Amino acid sequence: MSIRVLQPGLLDTVQDAGRSGYQHLGINPGGVMDRVAMQVANSLVGNPPGEAVIEMHFPAAAFLFEAHAMIALSGADMGAMINDQPVPINKPLLVSGQTVLRFTKPVGGACSYLAIRHGLSLQPWLNSYSTHLKAAAGGFNGRALQKNDVVPFCITNSYTTVLGKQELMILPWTAGVADLYGPPGQLHITEGSGFALLNDHARQLLTGAAFEIGPQSDRMGFRLRGPSLKMAEYREQISAGVTRGTIQLLPNGHLIILMADHQTTGGYPRVAHVITADQPALSQLRPRDEIRFLMIPAETAEELLWQQEQRLHFMQNACKLRLEEWLSHYGLH
Amino acid sequence: MNTTFSITPLGDNAVIIEWEQQIAPHIHEQVMKAFHCLQSLKLSFITDLIPAYASLAVLYDAAAIRQKINRPARAWISDFIKRSLQQVTDTGTTVSRSLQIPVCYHPSLAPDLSVLAQQKGMSEAALITLHTAQTYTVYMIGFLPGFPYMGKVDARLASPRLKQPRTAIPAGSVGIAGEQTGIYPLSSPGGWNIIGQTPIRLFDPSAQDPCYCRPGDQVQFVPITLETFYQMQQPS
Repeated sequence: MSIRVLQPGLLDTVQDAGRSGYQHLGINPGGVMDRVAMQVANSLVGNPPGEAVIEMHFPAAAFLFEAHAMIALSGADMGAMINDQPVPINKPLLVSGQTVLRFTKPVGGACSYLAIRHGLSLQPWLNSYSTHLKAAAGGFNGRALQKNDVVPFCITNSYTTVLGKQELMILPWTAGVADLYGPPGQLHITEGSGFALLNDHARQLLTGAAFEIGPQSDRMGFRLRGPSLKMAEYREQISAGVTRGTIQLLPNGHLIILMADHQTTGGYPRVAHVITADQPALSQLRPRDEIRFLMIPAETAEELLWQQEQRLHFMQNACKLRLEEWLSHYGLH
Repeated sequence: MNTTFSITPLGDNAVIIEWEQQIAPHIHEQVMKAFHCLQSLKLSFITDLIPAYASLAVLYDAAAIRQKINRPARAWISDFIKRSLQQVTDTGTTVSRSLQIPVCYHPSLAPDLSVLAQQKGMSEAALITLHTAQTYTVYMIGFLPGFPYMGKVDARLASPRLKQPRTAIPAGSVGIAGEQTGIYPLSSPGGWNIIGQTPIRLFDPSAQDPCYCRPGDQVQFVPITLETFYQMQQPS
């Protein structure tokens, strides 16, 4: 009961909702870049929303399913194929043993998620399945997936009665994801403590100018290209805790947005924070994509997060109902 | 606890408690008291606490709080923190651990020792004596899992980071940056002036407690010979 990596991808790692409670020891939370896509993929196959998934960046790995499985893909569209058939994202799929999943072209978005019903069978590290690359711990052997890795999954159904001789079955419903993300390229931010240190012109630029995701962007942070922002007087702060979404101002006047694998502390001025509700959309941007910032009050940020959480619950419940109905029709569980 | 702290938002799922912005033991003591107070409450909606030199970041699950109290989480958590910290007394002392960390200052493990000694106009032996003479406070763990930021070093040792950071510094390397001293728990790129190396493993993901140092620890360096270093070195 496993999947085998036939060919490695750029960066394919096991992730979950992240590792909390260890940041005072310098162990950052990690976890998926796009928590909405993780929840969608998991919900489609009936998993808890924060179950471990495989996060992929293009070019992604090719996987061989060594047993029947119910899976779902969400997040970036990377032209997924099961054997020679294109398969959609955001739908549950039944695949038979000895089929190959591969990704053919980057259609849209940056990270794609593979969820397998009942989850992966791995050992958690510090209560999380997220891969901590620097610590070489968690996930699958603490590293990105490599050729011939065999990732075991938990299985309780054979699906043989449903699949018969078919190698693929696309289940007939789709998770609606449109209203789970904000408008692309438009990111809501809240003021950080360093905002007051910017000069007037720099404040106008922050919300008035366009920025671009820079080429040196990864799971740790997105470096932005755009106008250089000046402070009335540049001074580093005494190092303090930072969070995901924190926008730091580097000494050269450029911005960096902290992402999933960010360090726990930092001394650069924190000019703003990307709101939590907009981080999934941000995660799906690629180098050269344009973004604009819109400043909102902290209360509104929390309201937008709350609304997103309600929609995620709605999506989870809708997926659960459809799947339970379908499973009971086939006498499965 | 005295009220000379402020609580401000750090994004929409964290607030930061800040004391007077200076690196000083009496300020850090306030940070650690607040950290231990909030940690001891073991609250599911507080997801992380990050103590630093003069601040404590409190990360919370805004949706979970909202679900429970049915009103905005941010105002509520700020009030909650203020109320909780009122219970903390100013007089009580926090119990901090004392650690003795063996360090070998042999040139083969200390690429910046002789240059630094020359810059400071002192002998290598004098530099080592100054580095081992005092007890340091672990002000913060950051940068890498288990990396202790300790201070302050004797003013005569203070030295800026290297202009050209190294691409690989071995795990256990002891360095100086500004008035701070620290230890690389993992092999990593870095710009600190490396003056020695400890055979102790500061980070071991397979251990129950993966990190050797904790914020608030009192650390003293004990010089060891190269021979002792290799005897003590644990296979990784």
